[in-house]
Order: sequence, then structure tokens, then C-alpha cells
Amino acid sequence: MIPRTRIEVLPLAAVAVLSLGPSAGAAELNALVWCDHTDPALLEPFETAHGVTVNVKEYEGTAAGLTLLQQSQPGDWDVLVIDAVDVGRAVDAGFLAEMPAEALPTADFFPGLAMEENNTRDGRTYAVTEKFGYNTIAFDRTKVDPADMEDMASLTSGKYDGRIGIYDYYLPVIGLVALGQGIATADITAENLGSLRAPLAALRKAARQVSDVVASQTALATGEVDIIVGGGEWLTAVLMQDNPNLDWTIPRQGGLRWAQSIGVVAGSRNPDLALEFVKYIVSPEGQARLATSSCYWGMPANARAGDLLTDEQKAVLRWDRQPEYLARAQLYPIPDAALDSAMQDMWTEMLNQ
Amino acid sequence: MGLAAREARLGWGLAAPALAWTGAFFVLPFAVMLALSFARMEGRAVVPALDPGNYLRIATEPAMAGALANSIEIALTVTLISVLLAYPLAAIVAFLVPRRWQRLALVLAVLPFWTSYVVRSYAWLLVLGQKGIVNGTLEGLHLISAPLEIAATRSATVIGFVHFFTMLLTLTIYASLVQMPPNYARAAADLGAGRWAIFRHVILPLSLPGVVTGAFLTFVLCIGDYITPQILGGNAELTLPQLIMLQLGRSGNFPLASALAVALMGVVALAYAAAFRWLRIDRT
Repeated sequence: MIPRTRIEVLPLAAVAVLSLGPSAGAAELNALVWCDHTDPALLEPFETAHGVTVNVKEYEGTAAGLTLLQQSQPGDWDVLVIDAVDVGRAVDAGFLAEMPAEALPTADFFPGLAMEENNTRDGRTYAVTEKFGYNTIAFDRTKVDPADMEDMASLTSGKYDGRIGIYDYYLPVIGLVALGQGIATADITAENLGSLRAPLAALRKAARQVSDVVASQTALATGEVDIIVGGGEWLTAVLMQDNPNLDWTIPRQGGLRWAQSIGVVAGSRNPDLALEFVKYIVSPEGQARLATSSCYWGMPANARAGDLLTDEQKAVLRWDRQPEYLARAQLYPIPDAALDSAMQDMWTEMLNQ
Repeated sequence: MGLAAREARLGWGLAAPALAWTGAFFVLPFAVMLALSFARMEGRAVVPALDPGNYLRIATEPAMAGALANSIEIALTVTLISVLLAYPLAAIVAFLVPRRWQRLALVLAVLPFWTSYVVRSYAWLLVLGQKGIVNGTLEGLHLISAPLEIAATRSATVIGFVHFFTMLLTLTIYASLVQMPPNYARAAADLGAGRWAIFRHVILPLSLPGVVTGAFLTFVLCIGDYITPQILGGNAELTLPQLIMLQLGRSGNFPLASALAVALMGVVALAYAAAFRWLRIDRT
């Protein structure tokens, strides 16, 4: 029989254990991420070093991620990975906490990759760039003339009709179409958007399919299509081992640069640990692992990651050509709500043509 | 309290958990979605309103009306083909396969359900591709000189759907056929009916509830599916679920997405009304 005193103590002990919430909670970190952060090879070193478990949840589309945050209790999430061009939306909604800029190694980043205009607000840092790459033209060089891929006009010349796939994301593809028409992505407005309708429709007419990441990779790998508009290293890198003929280029009209940022979620129960995770991700080790994540590859923002990548990995990422590529690529368009809606309507029209 | 009143109270009490469940997980979410469908976007914010604008857009914008039409056409085509394939298959299992082998036959029929739906769709993409098994076989037999364009077309979407739903329909039709007393057919034969007359006047009418139940499920699941048109159809044409996803992914236009979802439910409700006669529980 348990002595009465022990019975009385048991609930108190249970309460005491439960009240250890903060320290018990410190053993877990909840991160809302893109699929490249779900690679155990990326998470394990951090988990081992800090004795924590990183719980990751994937999301697709900024609105979906922000809605998840909106519908969660404060403290449910500690870390957010988000499209760099949408950091402002998360800041506006109050979802990101300020981070100490001096704790982040942005001085080691590739030129222009600190992206203060996106990651900071009124001099305060809310996110840090972690990975970037390009939405351009990916192709199988044994099936197409690589010289043709240097000119976007060749895509709608008739020569490659039915052999083109379009990546199903309207921002980069409309951006590319704009570049093809000589309009910088930052100059796309509600007024000139209409001028992109016909070239976008022409591209669709020449294309065989409009598909997501996996279907685009499958189509290129199986020869269903020979060109993916909007593709880049993120599409071909994981396939190159099986098919070294896959290639990508930035045509003379230019290409788009995608970038993703990471930040600490406002109200995190573990802000210090969350910051440590962010610091790990942008450290050379974290960057090298993130760059070669099993889901998709991309350039690390931190150039010092190059010391930890093999020559083969750097070759796939076109490490040595980054200065040229960075100079020739433009950021995604950053539309306001009205322009975003208009772009999406144009995309819907294109899909249904 | 009278007996009738006590029975009524007992009835409500027994039904209460189901009613609470339905209220919490269907009525309430649907009411929220309906209310949201009349809201409007101001910037990136959802503003409560009684604005029918989203429904007007669905009715008037060709891309949206087109997506609705595509969805209905695909769902009807899939349902029809699936019924035509599943009925003979179910009849073979029910009438020709020995009783002891019927369970195995049904297990084989539902085997495709054990594979991930997404994985199965990507597998079909490989089968139907230009260098896939279908084109490879046809070219090997010299039946075609150039590969057929099947993947990333409506045909691919329909094939993927039919593969899945034929199995579902086989189960519901088999359940109808196997419950049918064999004496009905024997009595008809004794009265001089031929095989076709027996099928047409006895077996088919009695199996219709199973057919219609399966057909309704097929139509509902098919019209609401996002994965297959996306993967196999290659966005060759837009369907309503894809359009809904497009509203949610980046821009977060929940009012328009809700209105599209309500329109989708409207189509399902019409399908239910059409099938209602055969879906009545008291017929089974």
C-alpha cells in the first residue's frame, strides 16, 4: 500500500514534471520548412550537438505557411523557412522575431546575398538568406542544340514545339517571360503585365506540359520533354548522376534568382535554441549540407561552405560561374496583392488555353 | 412521460454522438466555408462581407467556367468507363469464379489500393510516357511508327482514374451481385427468358443500387481529385481542384477558393440528387 503522504505527493510530482515545460520543451524545436530541411543529414549534426530533436513540417506556398502560423498557438513554431521575397509578408503579419545581425555570418555571403532589402525592416534583421539558385532553362544537351538555349526566342520558334515543359509556378515563369520581352522583373506592373499575355500563351502553345517539381524532373529524366522552362540546378542536380547530359543555362536575356530565407518565429518558446539552429544552417557546415540536400540542391548563401563541398559538388552547382550568374540574374518579381492576383489570373488563363 | 416521448428522447440520445460529430466536422466547417465564399480580399487580407463577386467570377470568367466544365467532363467519362469495365469483372468474380477463389480474386482486385496514390500516379506517368511500356510495346509490334502522346493529356488523367476506380466499382457491384438469390435467374429461365433477357430484366435492375453507389462514389472522388490531373494530366487542362489549389498556394485567396469549393459541392449535390433514387438505404 502506498503511504498516504506519497499519494499526496504524486500529483504534486506530476505537476512539477509538467511544470518543467520550458526545459522539456527545449529538447524539441519545431520548424516550418521546405523539403530540403527534412534531410536527416542536415538535421542530425545539430540535434546531436544540442541534444534536441528538430521536428520539421513541410509546406508549399507562402500563403499556406503563413496560414499555418496564423492558426497555431504562439510558441508552437520556432523556426520558419520562407521565400526570400516574401519575408516582408511574414514581418508584416508579425510572425518573425528580430535576430541579432552580428550573430549571422552575412559578411561571408556571396555578394548581394545578404539581401537586406528583403530580410531587414527599419534596420532590424528578421531573416537571413540561406540558399539560392536560378529559374532559367534546363535541358538535355543531347536532345537540343545548347546554342539555342542561350536565346529565349528559340523556345517559341517552332523548333522545340511539344518538347518543352513549364515549371508550374507563375512568379518565376512570368518573370522569365518578362525578361524575354526586355522587361526587368522589378519593372513588371499592372500596366505592362498585359503585354506578357501573348508571349506566355505562345510559350504554353509550344509546351507539352506544365508541371510541379517532381513531374518536371520525371519528364526531363524520361525524355518526355527536353527542356524545362523555369528549371535550373535545383531541378537537374539530383538527376545528373543518372543522366550527366542534363544541363541548364542562363540565356542572354537573363534568368531569375530564387532565394530562401530562414528566421526565428515570434513567440518561440525556445528563441535561443531557434537562433542557434539558424546560425547552424548559415554556418559553413550547415550550408554545405543544405546545398546538397536530398530533396533539391542549391547554392549556399555562405561562400565559406565551398571549403566543405567536393569539386564534383561544386561543379554541379556551377560554383565558379556564380559571379557571372549573379550579375545576370534578377530577383523574382515582388508583386503587391493586386498585381499578384492579376499575375495569377493570367497564369490561370494560360493553363486553360 | 409517455412511451412515445421516452422513445423519442432515447432516439435523440442515441443519435446525439453522430449528430454532434456531423455538426462539428461537416456542418460547422461548411458554414464557415460558405461564409468565407462571400468575403472579399482587400490587399492580402480577408474582409468579411456579403459579396457575391466570387460566384460571379466563376460564372463569367472563361478560365473558371472552363475548369468546372473540364472537371465534370472528366468525372463523367471516368465514371462511365469504370462502370463498363467493372461490371463484367464483378460478374465474372461473382458468377464464374468458384466460391473458394472469390476472396482471392477480390484481394487481387483491391491490390492497387495498397500502393500510395501519388506513387501510383507517377508510376503511370512512366508507363504512359513516350519511352514507356505502352509506347515501347506498340513500337515493338510495329503498330506505330512514332510514340503516341499519352502522358500529359486528358487521356492519361482518365486512364489513371479508371485504373483506380474500376477496382472500387468492382467491389460495390460484386456486393450487389453476390447477394442476389440465384433462384430469381432460375425462375426467369424456367419462364423461358434467354440469357440476355435474364440479365436485362432481372440481374441488371437488382444490381443497379451497387452500380449507382459505386458510380456516385467514383464521380465524387474523381471530381474532387487534385493529384491525378496534376501529375498525369500535366496541367494540359485546368480542373476545379487545381484552380482551388492555385488560389491557396501563394496568394491565399481563401474567399475565391471557398466559392470554388462550394461550386464543387454544388455539382456533387446535383450528382447525389440524380443518384438519390438508387442510393436510398431502404432499398438495400
